[in-house]
Amino acid sequence: MAKLTPPPGPQDHARGNEGAPVTLVEYGDFQCPHCGHAFPAVEDIIQKMGNGLRFVYRHFPLSASHPMAKAAAIAAEAAGRQGKFWEMHHLIFKNQDQLSPETLFAIAQKTGIDLKQFSNDIQDPALEEKVDADFESGVRSGVNGTPSFFINGHKYNGSYDEESLMASLTF
Amino acid sequence: MLTIGTPAPDFNLYSTPDQRYTLQDFQGKNLILAFYPADWSPVCGDQMSLYNEMLQLFRKQNASLLGVSVDSKWCHMAYTQARNLHFPLLADFEPKGAMAKAYEAYDDKEGQCHRALYVIDGSGIIRWNFLSPPAVNPGADGILDALEKIQAKK
Repeated sequence: MAKLTPPPGPQDHARGNEGAPVTLVEYGDFQCPHCGHAFPAVEDIIQKMGNGLRFVYRHFPLSASHPMAKAAAIAAEAAGRQGKFWEMHHLIFKNQDQLSPETLFAIAQKTGIDLKQFSNDIQDPALEEKVDADFESGVRSGVNGTPSFFINGHKYNGSYDEESLMASLTF
Repeated sequence: MLTIGTPAPDFNLYSTPDQRYTLQDFQGKNLILAFYPADWSPVCGDQMSLYNEMLQLFRKQNASLLGVSVDSKWCHMAYTQARNLHFPLLADFEPKGAMAKAYEAYDDKEGQCHRALYVIDGSGIIRWNFLSPPAVNPGADGILDALEKIQAKK
């Protein structure tokens, strides 16, 4: 129980050194305020650990509580098709209080991607399937809320402030 | 908790002021029972919101979901609307906790349900159970594994 399934692979959005000794996987919801709080902490950790860490982000939108969460996840995937997943991920979290279809387009524009391509891509059912597949992998892995973190495949049950996370990552 | 392989006790409870559910309503389908301490308390909210997002995955395994707590049908109605829940919550309200007691999922000290899960198959036999500490959201991986095992044997 509580083991990451499937392990990180080519289907994932990952940052950092592929051979890093530590892999941190986050299941997040772009509209979840707790994920919004965790975002700067995780970014700090990524900076500090450098080549020692690989970071993977998977979608876990709780749509009934957060009506824009899934649309935001799909928007990030669509930006990802133009190589801007992480730029979109950052900007969505930074603007998570004001998410709407309009802000998602405005954010997409800021990343400099082709907006026409973007508006085609967000309607591609394959992107929604990708988000759903992330969600399903989360529940199978024991995700019980957001954010949920896995460190080298094992569920992390501590607090998600920077100090606690860092302590568990550097054991 | 009741033993795996034994018949699930019957129930007949309100979910809304004009709707009741019984065990027989789910004959031929898998049924997930999620006993939880109370509407509105934080962990329960997360757990029910999570299951709410999973209804499609449960449906794929021919399963329905019922939440059960000792809150009244009016309280459930308000809670369901506030959290936008799309599955029924049973009011184990009068006599208080009778269903939870029958399922050995009642906390006498607190006067509320334990955080307990059951998976019951289409013939009304208990196939999986799990008792979680009150403050821990048990997630759903155990439920999905149990449902897959039932479906695989068919």
